[in-house]
Amino acid sequence: MYRYKQADQRLVEDRVAQFRDQMTRFLDGRLGEHEFRPLRLQNGLYVQRHAPMLRVAIPYGTLAAYQLRKLADIARRFDRGYGHFTTRSNIQFNWVRLEEAPDILAELATVQMHAIQTSGNCIRNITTDPFAAVAADELFDPRPYCEIVRQWSTLAPEFLFLPRKFKIAFAGGAEDRAAVRFHDIGAFARVADDGRIGFEIFVGGGLGRTPMVGRTIRDFLPREELLNYFEAILRVYNRHGRRDNKYKARIKILVKDLTLEGFSREVEEEWAWTRGGPGCISDATFREMEAFFARHDYAPAAADDPGYLAALAGSRAFARWVERNVSAHRELGYAVVTLSLKKTGVPPGDATAEQMDGVAELAERFSAGEIRVSHEQNLVLPHVARRDLPALWEGARALGMATPNIGLLTDLVCCPGGDFCSLANARSIPVAAAIQQRFDDLDYLFDLGPLELNMSGCVNACGHHHIGHIGILGVDKNNEEWYQVTLGGREGSQAVLGRVIGPSFAAGEIPDVIADLLEVYVDERHEGEIFIDTVERLGLDAFKARVYGGAV
Amino acid sequence: MSTLIRHGTVADDDWQWIEGDVTQLVERMEAGERLVLPLAVWLAHRLRRDPPRVGVWLGPDDPLEALLPWLADIPLVAIRFPLFTDGRGYSLARLLRCRYGYTGELRAVSDVLVDQLAVMAQCGFDSFGLRADQPPAEALAALVGGLRSPWPVIAMP
Ligand code: HEM
Ligand code: SF4
Repeated sequence: MYRYKQADQRLVEDRVAQFRDQMTRFLDGRLGEHEFRPLRLQNGLYVQRHAPMLRVAIPYGTLAAYQLRKLADIARRFDRGYGHFTTRSNIQFNWVRLEEAPDILAELATVQMHAIQTSGNCIRNITTDPFAAVAADELFDPRPYCEIVRQWSTLAPEFLFLPRKFKIAFAGGAEDRAAVRFHDIGAFARVADDGRIGFEIFVGGGLGRTPMVGRTIRDFLPREELLNYFEAILRVYNRHGRRDNKYKARIKILVKDLTLEGFSREVEEEWAWTRGGPGCISDATFREMEAFFARHDYAPAAADDPGYLAALAGSRAFARWVERNVSAHRELGYAVVTLSLKKTGVPPGDATAEQMDGVAELAERFSAGEIRVSHEQNLVLPHVARRDLPALWEGARALGMATPNIGLLTDLVCCPGGDFCSLANARSIPVAAAIQQRFDDLDYLFDLGPLELNMSGCVNACGHHHIGHIGILGVDKNNEEWYQVTLGGREGSQAVLGRVIGPSFAAGEIPDVIADLLEVYVDERHEGEIFIDTVERLGLDAFKARVYGGAV
Repeated sequence: MSTLIRHGTVADDDWQWIEGDVTQLVERMEAGERLVLPLAVWLAHRLRRDPPRVGVWLGPDDPLEALLPWLADIPLVAIRFPLFTDGRGYSLARLLRCRYGYTGELRAVSDVLVDQLAVMAQCGFDSFGLRADQPPAEALAALVGGLRSPWPVIAMP
């Protein structure tokens, strides 16, 4: 993992002192609300429905055990004993006090963390694949590149007041587990025929009220040009992106207005000035960064450890958990374990301070002290020896984090919605709970197989509803909460946006609607065909007919 | 009255600001007044001007590129921030300083607030016409001597 150098540490400490001063001036009236707003947002501080909310960055989703313990400590001392892990590998504290925010930031700085640029119209936290460096299908670990881009984008002075927020994601190939095509810039690992390392670059993707799949702006960008090229994109966007209407201010609108070709020409012209110049990243920098993330210390471990095999044979519950929550690791005898934050009745993504401490301990015992945050709002232990799986399972069960539902219907993604968010049209957490309660029969869930359900409380799409196989969107009709259902969305390399199936529903109807959709699938599926493939094969009509009784 | 901070101290503003195309411009230039002209006016009068005495100001979407042939002679370029959250001026400053090698005075004007000064300086501004309500002492502290402002770990050339 990356360890702060002096310059990083100095940055976060100076930032805390600066923000403390700004907060003091705000509280004693020397700094106006309007002037303070962007400053607090760039330090992760929102003002929400009930209380201020602080969003802390977990760069590219990688956390050390001691950092997670600090998050637990903050949850206890400054919040109500829990935090919410988001789809963008951040954690949000929903009940902080405004005047204590500088103290929280100071606590974070002691463990090499911060909340810088987790909000506001600037470059946000960089995200990547939660299975980076351990997935068997990966070309190379994207995190050294994420870290370089993190260092550059954090307080990059030119880009602190962009037209709108700007999100960058990296994936290490071959499968895209970071939704790179739904980011303002997506970088997808490529190795050229001559062995050079680089990225395919996508631009202009995003969800929100105008969802768009990002388009390829360069097939291959050599890695040393990452910053030069990103700077060129950002500069074109900063100068020419719309500032008159915040709903049209994202880079996707600029790309659309200029056309991909037109936009790309502008970027190439900008890049021509810096290409090959002093902004190139040196080989030494790559080597230094790679060294932070490399792990060569896997003790040999047997894939067929007898204790593990005995547990598999002896316990159906354990075997089920292994089937859903344990994934292949590139090292023989190791596994990647996903700890579910989707227990029925608990808001998706929420974790208590006790759970955070517990996970930190499990990570130290079984996963080299490392934890990842996934964009499906779960926690991942990336380096677990298979022989340790039974003990880890016991530990996860004791924490209530061993629900064997990863990738299944009840592993749903959900934003905070109307219970917390002042932008919401509708609540999402109670609807998520109703779905989980209705479908908590494990045999049925396992039979349904892989299924992604995503829910957002408004058109901002924080819950990624457009790319859920089933998506649910809270809408407002005459001041009442209604829910629109989409079908057929998909992330990954075959990314598509879901389509609305018809008129929206009241909250109480949603579990029945889901049941109808699932029935069609169960009736119509071919042997071994997963839900989304059946939807793609059949089209929407069969599903609509079942849900609306043929009336649509 | 807006305070001017130049090269780290409070300074007198010895420039006359011209908002649009005004009468007697040529006479005023010939009389030796130091004028800052909007880009369009500056371009229209560039043949009549006495280079060291005429500056130019740019709005955030003005085509900076039009100035390039004369950049070396211009004593003052001012960039207007209609709103402090409008970040286009930062890119203009970076381009002037880093790409086009402008070495004269580069001034931020209009909605220029204490809390953005350090970042503006990082982009290459060396003088600041503060918004009227901004306390000069705090502005100075933000630039020199006060709290250290955080500095990016990787800064682009
Ligand atoms: C509770 C306070 C929150 C507020 C006020 C908020 C606000 C917003 C807004 C206004 C947008 C739309 C941006 C646009 O279309 O330009 C957005 C997008 C998004 N937010 Fe949130 N959000 C909140 C919480 C969250 C949470 C908890 C998550 C993760 C679970 C999240 C993840 C995202 C994602 C993934 C997007 C879509 C990205 C895109 O626009 O392409 N946000 N948010
Ligand atoms: S989708 Fe809407 S309701 Fe949900 S968190 Fe985002 S802004 Fe709030």
